[in-house]
Amino acid sequence: MSHQIKIPELAQIQVRGHTRAAFLTRATITAGAVMGLGAVTPFTRAAIAQGGGGDLDIANYALTLEYLESAFYTQALKEVSGLSDDVKKLATELRDNEDEHVGALMAMISDAGGTPVEAPGVDFGDSFKSEATFLMTANVFEDLGVSAYNGAAPMIESVDILGAAGTIVQVEARHAALVRLARDKPPAPQAFDKASTMEEVLAAAKPFIKA
Amino acid sequence: MEPDQTMKGANEPRIARGGALDELQRDPSSRATFLRMMGGGSAAVALGTLLAACGDDDEDSGSTGGSTSTPEETATPADESADNAGDIEIVNYALTLEYLEADFYKQVIDSGIVKDKATQDIAKQFGESEQAHVDALISAVKGLGGTPVEAPKTAFEDVLASGLMGVLEAAADVENLGAAAYLGQAGLIKNKDILAAALSIHSVEARHAAALNKLVGRDFKADNGQGSVPDGAFAKPMDMAAVLEAVKPFIAA
Repeated sequence: MSHQIKIPELAQIQVRGHTRAAFLTRATITAGAVMGLGAVTPFTRAAIAQGGGGDLDIANYALTLEYLESAFYTQALKEVSGLSDDVKKLATELRDNEDEHVGALMAMISDAGGTPVEAPGVDFGDSFKSEATFLMTANVFEDLGVSAYNGAAPMIESVDILGAAGTIVQVEARHAALVRLARDKPPAPQAFDKASTMEEVLAAAKPFIKA
Repeated sequence: MEPDQTMKGANEPRIARGGALDELQRDPSSRATFLRMMGGGSAAVALGTLLAACGDDDEDSGSTGGSTSTPEETATPADESADNAGDIEIVNYALTLEYLEADFYKQVIDSGIVKDKATQDIAKQFGESEQAHVDALISAVKGLGGTPVEAPKTAFEDVLASGLMGVLEAAADVENLGAAAYLGQAGLIKNKDILAAALSIHSVEARHAAALNKLVGRDFKADNGQGSVPDGAFAKPMDMAAVLEAVKPFIAA
């Protein structure tokens, strides 16, 4: 698994210098405070610094979620005993996809002059007790990921970062549907997927983050 | 089955660029043609209906993805029709696709070809969602001050005659197309409320696509370019021209 994947398209990031105070005051800085991710990254590009670094903060927020998902599937594949072949195959695919998301977001953040956040410490509790508990937590993560991207994406200024978020959220939604099918749950229970705020997402993710 | 290692790497996101819309934005004559085709109009926004429709009706405990957010920014009323023209085109384009999908599920259910209860439930639920998308997008176009396009006259006879598997495979293909179509427009939508709405529909199309591709027995990445996660970690967008070309067989001349 590589976190150094380079995505040429994402290297051409153009971050606009718009201020995006509404989003920043509402949510962004909370990521560092709530999750202990450390100081919000120092932005080297003037335009970004002047704009408050909104896109990079969103990208780091997404990166944190992807780290969680990646660690979750990586551990699951080692720790859940008696996974069926189908679920093992699914978990492997999902892990590989999440790893690629981590790599792409890290590269994107670095290329935009930001500093990727560190991976959080994780604690998935009893999630790996059985295939059923694993799938249930996976369901939570994937639905959460969809709602997180859907909530944050409209605030992204850069068309390229928005495009990247779109390519990732679609895959998260596909994951969510597949995990739900594996649980005999409706794959797409609603006509409109939720859009969650950063606070809501971080609160939902908090139990899995080791202080 | 062993994990499919071929899924790793080689997948690069293609940020939608230089598609039909870019061309439309540059070329006034092509833009006019498109407007005639799509029945686009003008001005002003209010997406209350759509955003209200994004309610939480998911009772599954496995889904604790947070409550529905209410964007603090209300729709920005636009005073210039030109400001909304692009978004109206995009929403009418999406509406055309949703009309197609909604009618397809309706015809599939009415045909009685799906006997299995679980598959029926899925077809019904997906069909209802597509109809909800139709209704929301009609409201969105009106909110933007535009005129919603008419429902296209559909031609699903051949698909329906192809049997249950053919029907489900077509549904799986069309949902993959729908997801790619929304993704192709994301970066081109100007109004943030429209963007939020499009995203909330986009991920539902993706769920439909993944579920149907799985149900017809396709792998993550099937040989025919379809599949439940057909592009690997990064979904690929399609531009408007390619999508409209792809749905041509389903539209009566």
